[in-house]
Amino acid sequence: MKAALRDAFLSAAVALGLFGPMVGLVTTPTDHGLTLDPRPIATAVVVALVFFGRLLVVSRRARSRQEVVGRNRALAEALTRAGRFVAPALLVVAIALPFTGSRYYVDLATLVLTYVMLGWGLNIVVGLAGLLDLGYVAFYAVGAYSYALLAQTFDLGFWTCLPLAGILAALWGVILGFPVLRLRGDYLAIVTLAFGEIIRVVITNWVSLTGGPNGIVGIPRPTLFGLSFSMDGGPGTVAGFFGIEPATIQRVIFLYYVILALALLTNWVSLRLRRQPLGRAWEALREDEVACRSLGINVTNTKLTAFATGALFGGFAGAFFATRQAFISPESFTFIESATVLAIVVLGGLGSQLGVALAAVVMIGGLELLRGLLSWLADQMGSDLFAGIAGELPLYRMLIFGLALVVMMVLRPRGLVSGRTPSVALGARKEIAAELVAQGRG
Amino acid sequence: MAYALQQLINGVTLGMIYGLIAVGYTMVYGIIGMINFAHGDIFMVGAFLSLIALLGLSILGITSVPLALALTLVFAAGLAALYGWTVERVAYRPLRGSFRLAPLISAIGMSITLQNFVQVSQGARVKPIEAVIPGGIQVMHQDGFAVQLSWMQIAIVVTTLIVLGIFTWLVTRTPLGRSMRACEQDLKMASLLGIDTDKTISLTFVIGAALAAVAGLMFLLYYGVIDFYIGFIAGVKAFTAAVLGGIGSLPGAVLGGLLIGLIEVFWSAYFSVEYKDVAAFSILAIALIFLPTGILGRAEVEKV
Repeated sequence: MKAALRDAFLSAAVALGLFGPMVGLVTTPTDHGLTLDPRPIATAVVVALVFFGRLLVVSRRARSRQEVVGRNRALAEALTRAGRFVAPALLVVAIALPFTGSRYYVDLATLVLTYVMLGWGLNIVVGLAGLLDLGYVAFYAVGAYSYALLAQTFDLGFWTCLPLAGILAALWGVILGFPVLRLRGDYLAIVTLAFGEIIRVVITNWVSLTGGPNGIVGIPRPTLFGLSFSMDGGPGTVAGFFGIEPATIQRVIFLYYVILALALLTNWVSLRLRRQPLGRAWEALREDEVACRSLGINVTNTKLTAFATGALFGGFAGAFFATRQAFISPESFTFIESATVLAIVVLGGLGSQLGVALAAVVMIGGLELLRGLLSWLADQMGSDLFAGIAGELPLYRMLIFGLALVVMMVLRPRGLVSGRTPSVALGARKEIAAELVAQGRG
Repeated sequence: MAYALQQLINGVTLGMIYGLIAVGYTMVYGIIGMINFAHGDIFMVGAFLSLIALLGLSILGITSVPLALALTLVFAAGLAALYGWTVERVAYRPLRGSFRLAPLISAIGMSITLQNFVQVSQGARVKPIEAVIPGGIQVMHQDGFAVQLSWMQIAIVVTTLIVLGIFTWLVTRTPLGRSMRACEQDLKMASLLGIDTDKTISLTFVIGAALAAVAGLMFLLYYGVIDFYIGFIAGVKAFTAAVLGGIGSLPGAVLGGLLIGLIEVFWSAYFSVEYKDVAAFSILAIALIFLPTGILGRAEVEKV
């Protein structure tokens, strides 16, 4: 206990050093330059939090490290067994969700599904082929801008442009793929990151084509077999055709089903590809590139197809994003997006389709749900504290997100889903531990 | 000619700042083989700590510029070193020996955390300060164009050279430097021979963070304005510099930093300011394709 206390005091001292100046002294603008504004209470609260948090962690750890590990393993196994039912259950929930009629939940679910789709797309590159891509948002941006520009310049509809946007993004995937083919590991990561930044800078500065920082407004909405979702209720609209009252929720729900279908398409294609020679070559490449080469696999083509396929789905997702928002600007395509998608893939468990979906729900929907829960609690209990926290939460959104990434990696470095089903097996296909699957070096 | 000379001066100044950050990347990469994504944000934290220290000292009534700058340097470097130590302890050490992507994601998480921590605690608006060392000397006058060498630039270059000199002495002449080089060559063997590798790695982060904080102070003095987002772009460019110079090589990092600084400044001067980042990143891609180990790096031998 004494050791734990000393440890906690040391942590508090470190915290005082870390947060003393940064939290305790705020640089505030005045008429004649900046000045410092002291904030002792906030600092004291943060340091106290660190002290008690550390005390809790240390005393818990002292009690039973072995026990905790055993319990975690049992939990993981139970989760893996339950995983068989989780996927169908999630699908049923996803299909049934719009029947709740809540616009808020459908909008949130649409956002989550966009990330699920991006995650599944990136999973092909990172999870299957083992190529670390930190610039995935570039393809998302190419898809979004392709759709917006094609639709506005040539007056084409969403369904015509969707494949075009995907193909253009895939083309960019190949263009990026060629120079980076020779790079391995972290070099690949940094070049893809640089590529993502290049695309964003070009979009921001090529004002005559992309509108620069102002973005593109008035991107056309998708149609249902030629029927639009406009509010006038005429014969050419969904409402007019089916003889119902026109409402915004119809378009929202339609968009939701579009992204659900697109995400399921991504999932289906990657599951099917894994059983084909191409997918097997991807996984072989991830396990051992040298062995692949010596067995006569064309490494160049294998890598390029992985990049192109991943980019294709990124492009689809981008086109969907553009049509849903009806407005795009370079702000939506920053490195944070790439990092979020990669985090979803790694947190879910590389190569696990279900894991990616779960991670997207947790990472994107989690915070919104937390906020919803807090404001619900505040309403129930009439507590100002909970209402205050719920109101402040959006400010701390990314801070919590970053901390969650660190904590989840430290606790579960192989992701939420700890088992993998091999694509090829001799005899029965059994679930294997994620630790047995390589992460690639490319 | 005069115009080019001016750009050369500016480029070297900027390159020194990038070089200081790049040293931190290359040291960490050399020893544990991971991209310390949060390093750019440590640089940003260092710039904020410097700002707070400068403001605090002026409130306390210390008007002597050299004294104030020296105190700021020590304060910012010391506290940023604490940040570096904490980041390593919290986010990287538990993941040592883990899977390849786990430390990378953890580092990205730490980077996002630091950025948003500063945004929440210090506000999202840009922080301007007045020039601490105003004035300069006119080096050359030609065709109506005067080449300016400001005291600030001289101070930046001189400080950077002194700091790098101390750092070189530390790495090449002290027991700590010897352990660091041993860990870089072979971590497992070093630990077998009785080197406390955990401590050495911690100290590597501490030194890297202190250098980044010096760079942060230089950045604050040179541009006179900072915000919570400066760490990302500067970090990516410094990493580019480290890769260009040959990752793992300390002189390479400084050389790469100088090159990136010069490329950026000359590109802005002769082509377009908007696309200066594109130029730096394109050079990175081209360099890696034709010179995959960087300028001063060693080729990695892969054993099968």
